[in-house]
Amino acid sequence: MLVYILKRLGLALLVALAVSIIAFLLLRLSGDPAIAIAGEGAQEADIALIRTTYGFDRPLPVQYVDWLGKSLRGDFGDSIYFKVPAASLIFDKLQTTLLLGFLALAFALAISVPLGVLAAIYRNSWLDRLCLAIAVIGQALPNFFFALLLIMLFSITLRWLPVSGSGSWAHFVMPTIDLGYYAAPAFMRLIRAGMIEVLDADYIRTARAKGLPTSTVVFKHALRNAVVPVVALAAVQLGYLLGGSVVVETIFALDGLGYLAYQSITYKDFPVMQTIVLLLSVIYVVLTLASDIVNAWLDPRIRVA
Amino acid sequence: MTSATASSGTVAASLPAPPGLLRRIWRNKAVIVGFGLLLLILLMAIFAPWLAPHDPYHQDLTNRTVPPFWHDGGTWIHPLGTDPLGRDYLSRLLYGARISLLIGGAVAVISGFIGTTMGMLAGYFGGKTDMVVSFMITTRLSMPVILVALATVALLGGSLWVVIMVLGLLKWDRFAVVMRSATQQVRSLDYVAAAQAAGASTPRVLLGEVLPNVLPHLVVVVTLEAASAILLEAALSFLGLGVQPPLPSWGLMISEAKSYMFFSFWLIAIPGTLLALLIFSINLAGDGLRDLFSPEGRA
Repeated sequence: MLVYILKRLGLALLVALAVSIIAFLLLRLSGDPAIAIAGEGAQEADIALIRTTYGFDRPLPVQYVDWLGKSLRGDFGDSIYFKVPAASLIFDKLQTTLLLGFLALAFALAISVPLGVLAAIYRNSWLDRLCLAIAVIGQALPNFFFALLLIMLFSITLRWLPVSGSGSWAHFVMPTIDLGYYAAPAFMRLIRAGMIEVLDADYIRTARAKGLPTSTVVFKHALRNAVVPVVALAAVQLGYLLGGSVVVETIFALDGLGYLAYQSITYKDFPVMQTIVLLLSVIYVVLTLASDIVNAWLDPRIRVA
Repeated sequence: MTSATASSGTVAASLPAPPGLLRRIWRNKAVIVGFGLLLLILLMAIFAPWLAPHDPYHQDLTNRTVPPFWHDGGTWIHPLGTDPLGRDYLSRLLYGARISLLIGGAVAVISGFIGTTMGMLAGYFGGKTDMVVSFMITTRLSMPVILVALATVALLGGSLWVVIMVLGLLKWDRFAVVMRSATQQVRSLDYVAAAQAAGASTPRVLLGEVLPNVLPHLVVVVTLEAASAILLEAALSFLGLGVQPPLPSWGLMISEAKSYMFFSFWLIAIPGTLLALLIFSINLAGDGLRDLFSPEGRA
């Protein structure tokens, strides 16, 4: 187990390093960042000054090592637009986005677990088909369009919820639904498939033969085993949800990392943009690492492979 | 997996002879409905110049936000009304289908080429090649697609070709993952060994023996990735960082109509529904194909 964890940890570190190189190079795509920062119509002298101030005149590898070194010490540079350290700006907003991510994940699981279990128990019934239809339609609906539909329903027609902002819990309702519904179909399919496989297993027949009530068999014996692959998917999905928060937070003007990412992209705020890409990638790496370790602990077969 | 498989499976089981491919396709309703819808949208896109009643770029400021024909004040001159700049909505929607389909197709080709090459090489050679490719896949998966795409498109300047290239270079991961494992399964089969023994060159084995046998998996991933690329383009354009005006991208049309949605809901409802319908048809076709190709679908 320890060898497996160490191996997996080494891989995660390598991936994080590769991601940092890509995040660094990505923002050099536009050519000279000094020109972008100076803005249109800037004098050549101003651009040259910016170039030396930010150190853009040094060779790329030197700039990268310098940036990585500072990043590891928690110094991500100053936001060009907001004129404050990128780190403090980002960690302020990270809470909002993590909260939104977990709420969306909880929402997705709250719909998909019962529906997936029911679809597996009553497989090929009208209920199963209804669940499938919900899944297929859910995956076809663009989340920005769904967001507008939610606003039409809850804010304009019913006047229950505020359109945008992030002041209270009510501001989180629509973003949570909007972000979470898209993840639900994948969970539902996985739980349904897992449950079908497990329900046919010998130990379930034994449990039934012992005369245990159906609810005990389904929830205590079957679901527990069907849930193992869900852990891995949950980690991956949470990563996607954090990325998807860019669209959702922008629509609802929810003051989180996704909205900040959108702002930094439109203002060409390189340090903030770079740090958010790096941070979300590292979060994803950590999440998948954690889920791999949890899975190895749940299922000893993975460890030796 | 889906109800369509199950029903075709039970019907097939009661038949004496195994049904042929055509009959299996016919029995698979998902494939028929999915491809039928897709064909309809494809025809819309191809024949847009003939079907469109007006020039999609012509602005008529005296005829702004005319409602569609089923609303009060709607006319048959503009069957689906006009947008806030007085451009004919039906014409824009028809031309918009071209953008979505072009994005879906082009991104699937570019990312499919990259991902399939990587996946097949990793699956066929294994060892160090596999390690390198797997590492690239893991790294790529760690980066949030939409954020990287948004940043890159913003830096390079939004245009249709930039969006296609950026998404094409980003979305090869699923192709690589699926092709890698599919190739691993095929690699050790007898006909591959026979080709190797007959002295076929490696490219010949890969293209002549391996590729045809992993093709079903490839087709399914193509549908998934095309749908996902279309959704991503729409989202990028919606955020103003994708295809630029005055091009009639459906995502962009929703974005342009956003501030009018309280009074003219159809302005966002029509392109949104079309977009959902397109994704729905591609997903349905992909699901159906997966069932058709899977062993239990053949029962």
